[in-house]
Amino acid sequence: MNGTVARLTARGLLGRRRALLLLLLPAVLLSLSAMARGLAGADQQLAVTLLGGFALGTLVPLLGLIAGTGAIGPEIDDGSIVYLLTKPLNRHAIVVTKFAVAAAVVTVLGALPTFAAGLVLTGTSANLAVGYAVGTAVAGVAYCALFLLLAVVTRNAVVIGLLYALVWETLIGQFVPGAQALSIQQWSLAVTERIVGAPAEQLGATSAVGLATAVVLLVVVTAGATWYAGRQLRTIRLTSEV
Amino acid sequence: MSVEGAGPAAGDREHGVIHDIGYRHYDGPRLGRSYIQRSLFTESLKGSYGFGRAARTKVMPMLLLAAMCVPTLIIVVVASVTGGDELPVGYTAYLIQLQVVIAVYVAAQAPASVSRDLRFGIVPLYFSRPMRRVDYVRAKYAASATAVFVLLAAPLTILFLGALLTEMPLGEHLPDYLRSLAFAALLAVVLAGMGLVIAAFTPRRGLGIAAIVSVLLVLAGVQTAAQNIAVVEGADTAADYLGLISPFSLVDGVAHDVFGTDTVLWGEPPGAVGTAVFVAVTVLLVAGCYGLLLRRYRKVTGT
Repeated sequence: MNGTVARLTARGLLGRRRALLLLLLPAVLLSLSAMARGLAGADQQLAVTLLGGFALGTLVPLLGLIAGTGAIGPEIDDGSIVYLLTKPLNRHAIVVTKFAVAAAVVTVLGALPTFAAGLVLTGTSANLAVGYAVGTAVAGVAYCALFLLLAVVTRNAVVIGLLYALVWETLIGQFVPGAQALSIQQWSLAVTERIVGAPAEQLGATSAVGLATAVVLLVVVTAGATWYAGRQLRTIRLTSEV
Repeated sequence: MSVEGAGPAAGDREHGVIHDIGYRHYDGPRLGRSYIQRSLFTESLKGSYGFGRAARTKVMPMLLLAAMCVPTLIIVVVASVTGGDELPVGYTAYLIQLQVVIAVYVAAQAPASVSRDLRFGIVPLYFSRPMRRVDYVRAKYAASATAVFVLLAAPLTILFLGALLTEMPLGEHLPDYLRSLAFAALLAVVLAGMGLVIAAFTPRRGLGIAAIVSVLLVLAGVQTAAQNIAVVEGADTAADYLGLISPFSLVDGVAHDVFGTDTVLWGEPPGAVGTAVFVAVTVLLVAGCYGLLLRRYRKVTGT
């Protein structure tokens, strides 16, 4: 961890346009929840649809993508990463710092609004707010690690990340149940399912994987992606975009 | 190359003189604005599928095109085994089901088309030619819309050819196919416009991609959620009008009323007023995107 790198990363992440986009997503979730509560009242089923489908299924992957790739992608893109790499800093420390900042941004802008939305939608009944808040927090952290690795490895990080988060996890997962075993969304849903407890089954908030598997996979992916990104950063090749 | 008048005879002259130092002039034909516009259109269109660019830029568009087309092959094979006069999925329904893939393509392609020019300061070079801003915007918009249309039309064509090969009635499938092409064209114009506007305001490529996908998917998500709430509440007219929120449901509604395609998403524009509102919103959206693009390119800097 390095304070200066963290400060610069945070400044880059929360630059004008990126911050606008990062704030827009939770704002939509909150206003949608407020509207749902106002019109339909406290409805647990609706809350599961909104928190599971929109917050965990769309919002957090997008936030993780913007924050994870945004933490290092632009610097690699315009080549200014060399100024950072020529400093006497451990490459792993650089990646860990950038990952920590991105994860913090996603937690603040993804998990906290999800918690607030859960409270607005159902109050504290059935632990839905807490369950989905924890679920989105672990999902956000894992997405950040994975997409940061993608940004180090490839120039098409954003498109590949989108294909993974939206096409693989959501679209293919609907038709091919096996695809759900390799899905950060499902792993996090297992955590949510455990916290919500018994009502999860009848509300349809069930995951395709068991809790133990899910936690192990989440930890392995997060730690593994961060470590491998640091390793890749040791031998990064800078090419110009054509 | 203006050089101040030098030499004894020019000593009292105020004006600078351009010396003709004997370089050969170009006096061949000048091809003019429309030629430049056409070239920019073709190059941008080719560029959106990676032709004329590095090999690795071809990977993504081709992958997405394959993602659009491969399921249709499976559908055609299934239909030929099971028989019958109908495909298991409608033409427009197929496109709507793959709206995520379409959104990702629009998002990946629009920034590649305009953001690089802005970021590397190439736009002022374009405008130092006898090309106007309008020409640039028109060429880019047309190329982008055509590229998206190709992505949409390819799977439709495979479905149609598959239907013919399995001897489904031509009289039923040809009108459906043509209607769905009209739907695809309208959707392409709307999506390309939105994509280009967002891309033109976010010169960073990665951010542009994320911004376009976020806007398209969040609008679709809000539309679905809001419509569900409205249906549960029994506000059917309101639910119908909520289709205006997402570009996909908007085009779906317009295409249903104007071209006669089957609606895929819930509801349709209510009555003649609904039709007028949906058409008006679509026209305003496209005109607005075009206007915003023109505004964006009124002043560009070279950095």
